[in-house]
Amino acid sequence: MFSYYIDLGLRSLRRNAVLTILLVTAIAVGIGASMTTLTVFRAMSGDPIPRKSARLFVPQIDSRGPGAGAEPTDDHLADRLTYIDAMALMKAHAAKRQTAIYASALALRPADPKEKPFRAHVRLIYADFFPMFDVPFLYGHPWSASQDENHEPVIVITRSLNDREFGGLNSVGKLLDLGGKSYTIVGVIDRWEPIPQFYDIGRTPFAGKDDVFMPFTHGIEQQIPIMGSTNCNSDVPVGFDARLNSDCIWGRFWVELPTPEDAAEYRTFLDNYASEQRRVGRYNWPARTQLRDVMTWLKYNHVVPGEVRILILVSFGFLLVCLLNAMGLMLAKLMGRAPDIGVRRALGASRAAIFWQCLVETGVVGLAGGLFGLVLTALGLWAARSLLPSDFIAVTHLDAADVLVALVLGIGSTIVAGLYPTWRASHVQPAWQLKAQ
Amino acid sequence: MEIRPILSAMRRNKVGAVLIALQMAVTLAILCNGLFIVEQRLSLSERPSGLDEANVFVLTNQWVGNPADLKARTQSDVAALRSLPGVVAATVTNSYPMSHGGSSEGVKLNPDQKESTAATALYFVDEQGLRTMGVKLIAGRNFNADEVMDKAGFDIQVPPTAIIITRLLAEKLFPGQNALGKSVYVQFQKHLVPIVGIVDRLQVPWVQGDSWAAGFSENSTIEPYHFFANYSHYMIRTQPGRLASVIQEAQKQLYELSRARVLEKAVPMLEARREAYKDDRGLAIILIVVCTALLAVTAFGIVGLTSYWVAQRRRQIGIRRALGATRNAIIQYFQTENFMIAISGAVVGVALAVSLNLWMVSSFSMARLQTGYAFIGAAVVLLLGQAAVLWPAIKAASIPPALATRGGA
Repeated sequence: MFSYYIDLGLRSLRRNAVLTILLVTAIAVGIGASMTTLTVFRAMSGDPIPRKSARLFVPQIDSRGPGAGAEPTDDHLADRLTYIDAMALMKAHAAKRQTAIYASALALRPADPKEKPFRAHVRLIYADFFPMFDVPFLYGHPWSASQDENHEPVIVITRSLNDREFGGLNSVGKLLDLGGKSYTIVGVIDRWEPIPQFYDIGRTPFAGKDDVFMPFTHGIEQQIPIMGSTNCNSDVPVGFDARLNSDCIWGRFWVELPTPEDAAEYRTFLDNYASEQRRVGRYNWPARTQLRDVMTWLKYNHVVPGEVRILILVSFGFLLVCLLNAMGLMLAKLMGRAPDIGVRRALGASRAAIFWQCLVETGVVGLAGGLFGLVLTALGLWAARSLLPSDFIAVTHLDAADVLVALVLGIGSTIVAGLYPTWRASHVQPAWQLKAQ
Repeated sequence: MEIRPILSAMRRNKVGAVLIALQMAVTLAILCNGLFIVEQRLSLSERPSGLDEANVFVLTNQWVGNPADLKARTQSDVAALRSLPGVVAATVTNSYPMSHGGSSEGVKLNPDQKESTAATALYFVDEQGLRTMGVKLIAGRNFNADEVMDKAGFDIQVPPTAIIITRLLAEKLFPGQNALGKSVYVQFQKHLVPIVGIVDRLQVPWVQGDSWAAGFSENSTIEPYHFFANYSHYMIRTQPGRLASVIQEAQKQLYELSRARVLEKAVPMLEARREAYKDDRGLAIILIVVCTALLAVTAFGIVGLTSYWVAQRRRQIGIRRALGATRNAIIQYFQTENFMIAISGAVVGVALAVSLNLWMVSSFSMARLQTGYAFIGAAVVLLLGQAAVLWPAIKAASIPPALATRGGA
């Protein structure tokens, strides 16, 4: 019976082509618009490191105190650490893994003297960074903890830099001239672009771009310039060393805490550390602390811009209009077939049979709308990529889940919209229709 | 036009009429909020930076390593740039408007103040800075060459000898008074420095609407420094029409002086503007496309449903025609019907638009919708309805009166 209904549905779609095209297009446009924004939103608000996001935390300490230069974060807590605090946390080694992070950029002089130097983005980290964030290696391996301790001039480079400088060949053991100094490559990481770039959120969390990873300790020793924002309560200190000993905040810090118990313990450790610092006179206020995991951290940093929320709102409003529209057209379509329905009822079809037949017909429209909507979604994403900015869009693409969602949304919403017209159709009085004819 | 028969016909087609009205209401709500956002974003992206944007470009320079003679190198770069044909003026600076990177601080009127009086962005340029930027000095004077101090990077502190501030910063610091000649505390409120000039306008480097600097986007302070650092920007102003050729020449010249440097792609200010406001323009274009599509969908919906009504009432229309109704009367019937539906849709829609906006105000810190937009939206939706209904109405009017005498529909 089902296949017969589908056949009937297809026939009736063909019978009133203009209305059918209007119907399918209306649904498709609505689905296209809402799926486009939803895909973008999913890409932006997705979990950058799904397997570990609940085990990685950012510790925060209220090192700036109330009042002067309140932080622009929601809870006015500093989102970075002072060097003093970062080093204290590193030394305490209270978590399974931990790393301080800062960003810099150095002039990279290619081996070929004919090539011009270019700017390489450098991320200064501890060796724990790599296993903590599940960074995949193409060649070589991370540097060791003892190399951290010895401030060694070793680096791990990204695949794209390796392609550019070494033609994609294994470059482990080779040297690279960065900022006028020679560095030994110990590893090349494979493509690794967590989206958004959560570990050191800057101006463009969706265009995080690193070329080189280098030991934090080496960066401090060599006074490699600190880029990214630095906030100071009082004087900007004179010189690099003075900055290290100041109350300026500029360092990121991450810890890996495998279980909730570990997290609770670490929080206690942080609180104790903060009160200890107050006792020794660094703060004259009760220093709050906070421990946020990856997803909470992204939310706290408002990584998804307001624009995307506005677009989602608009596109679902749009889908609503399209469905209201579809409902009206469906009503027109099914009621236009009242005479047929009357004949079928008179020939003994039950109300339920008519209801199902119409519902299948609606479903066919929904399926067509969903499929066409998918095409429009792909088109919409393509347009969004060229229009919308932030390089994040480059990574939004349709996957199997999106296709499924679009089809389910198409069929589901069309059937919901078609319920009332279907119900009306199944209540056609056979006698009336026959009399009218 | 008689309204009663329309009402009674509508009562028999309640659902269809309600569907159209609802559709129009939602369309209206989205349309006026959408247009409002578009207008806001576009006006945001058209704010002038204060620079002579068409003729100014920036070359960002980073030295390889840490050369000891930064000052000499920077000076010879600047001298070379100034000597290029077509160059009006050039300077080295720590930052520039729309660049998204720079320094800011709080300014105080007295050193014991708890909170600073105003936040400001800082630009370090020499005595050619004003001319290079092309900003308009509206009071006071430019820096004298002997006021310009050396500033090696950000770490070394030499208090500025004088400052030039923007008009809006002056008004913020000294409301209702003349700020010129007064002194304020800068550089972490330690040094009392006189204001020697006021420029009409100079934006901070962070210009996006949701940027942390949104509250002080027109507050800038220019400090007289020879800024030299491992990483700095050369700002160059050219004679009109010579931007492209000077860019070429400048890069060549700098590389000739030294190859141990990274010169980033030259950024003409017009390009910096495009880049800085890409998000806003993107959102505006998307919203315009969505609003247009929305109007089209709604229009087609009206066409579809009205056509169905026409088909349903063929016989009645034939009878009316046979009884002497003119074609115009038939067209007017459908137009009036649509107008009545649209009016109720518009009333609901305006209410919906305002509540949608209020919700956005509370959750995304949006501005309040201006009532004008609601009326424009309502007018658009009413006109759209009239236009959409025209085609089915004309078809209805062409139903021959003879139909009344035939049996069947």
